[in-house]
Amino acid sequence: MSTEANEQASSEPEYAAQTKAIGSVVYFSSVSQNTARFIANCELDKLGMNVYRLPLRRSDPAVHIHEPYVLVVPTYGGGNPKKAVPMQVKQFLNDPANRMWIRGVIASGNTNFGEAYCAAGDAISAKCHIPYLYRFELMGTPEDVQAVQRGLVKFFADLTAGKVDVPGMQEAIKANEQRALVH
Amino acid sequence: MVPPISVPRKPLKLIDRVSAINWNRLEDEKDLEVWDRLTGNFWLPEKVPVSNDIPSWQRLSEAEHTLTMRVFTGLTLLDTIQGTVGAVSLIPDALTPHEEAVYTNIAFMESVHAKSYSSIFSTLCSTKEIDAAFSWSEENEFLQKKAQIVLDYYEGDNPYKRKVASTLLESFLFYSGFYLPMYFSAHAKLTNTADVIRLIIRDEAVHGYYIGYKYQKGLEQLTQPERDSMQDYTYDLLNELYDNEEQYTTSLYSEVGLVEDVEKFLRYNANKALMNLGYPALFPAEATDVNPAILASLSPNADENHDFFSGSGSSYVMGKAVETDDDDWDF
Repeated sequence: MSTEANEQASSEPEYAAQTKAIGSVVYFSSVSQNTARFIANCELDKLGMNVYRLPLRRSDPAVHIHEPYVLVVPTYGGGNPKKAVPMQVKQFLNDPANRMWIRGVIASGNTNFGEAYCAAGDAISAKCHIPYLYRFELMGTPEDVQAVQRGLVKFFADLTAGKVDVPGMQEAIKANEQRALVH
Repeated sequence: MVPPISVPRKPLKLIDRVSAINWNRLEDEKDLEVWDRLTGNFWLPEKVPVSNDIPSWQRLSEAEHTLTMRVFTGLTLLDTIQGTVGAVSLIPDALTPHEEAVYTNIAFMESVHAKSYSSIFSTLCSTKEIDAAFSWSEENEFLQKKAQIVLDYYEGDNPYKRKVASTLLESFLFYSGFYLPMYFSAHAKLTNTADVIRLIIRDEAVHGYYIGYKYQKGLEQLTQPERDSMQDYTYDLLNELYDNEEQYTTSLYSEVGLVEDVEKFLRYNANKALMNLGYPALFPAEATDVNPAILASLSPNADENHDFFSGSGSSYVMGKAVETDDDDWDF
């Protein structure tokens, strides 16, 4: 499926930026809708962000992103960190043409899961060499919504100014660009 | 002889179909996902070396002994209700056969939880102390009241109210009790006992999530006015239970001076219980600022700074590597 990845047209956002776009957010939410509620409460389109939702089922059309984005992901696995990243998110990131644009991750979870709390954010941050920006529980509180609104605006400004870096980030972006080109 | 607490609803409805459960034909994939999580998390108290806590138990004061045993009998009572009445009462309302199967797992695990407190008791305490704590639990009016409130809904005729009561029990009513082992563990006391409680806490999170999710699925079949009335009912019930929890907390913790700290933990978990039901948090951040030591005891990395947004400058940080099922990754 990734052989034609780079020629795929960009998917339509669920919420399109209402002003000049400053960046994008890609999120996954299962039928329990916790993350979807959090994203809806953030109203990121009003802050100039395109918001894309990853599909729930394999039969749904895959999402293709061609712009820098922050991934918002719930932690799965019920306490087992090995199963922390939802399958649908892995499938999305397995496409190098999608992966080359990830710039940060935000994860949700539940402190009841102990060491596995928000482990999906750790896993994706370390594997993709991108900053782990924030984490919240379940559908987030009003304070979480405000922090993410403020934080994402600052983050995309920092990104434009070239002030976002973590070890291995630039190398990972270049490597993914090359992989996407080879395919 | 102590009679069993469950009184079957009449007419007793156990099955309304004559078809076998087919796990290869799912109506709601969440059923299988949660079944897998619950069975994957299966545990028994015998696996945890609670006897290593004997020296630590012996160093606790008499007041701490009494408090611990009262807290654990209170938790035993709730687990008994949830295992024998609560989770079972949800079965006749299930929308899918797989949902019924998940409730049987929840009911069984609640009985494992209830038994694990007895296993802790038998390791650490004398029969006389154990009997005294059980008598206390039968006489504490606030404990009895919270048991009565949820039992009334379990035996009532409204499937939505039953799920709300069940979710509030799983995600809120346990936490006045869970606080204590987390507090001890933060002070390097009874750390193996705390490991047992952490396993229980992990299970309750999945139970609250699942029952809350099924509640939300059920709401889809109601009209908007009916949904509004369920939301009002939920906040009213939470407030009623919260008032009772405050009094229960005072009756337990005032002697050791922890009432205020416990109440923050209660409000923090009340918010999470509401979220499991799909409703916004009720208590503001300043009322739910749980003692960081308690939070760290619950989740060892919960106190690490993961709000790089709020920091000054642009120092961004990476998460720590997590071993995940690598077969699914292409890179």
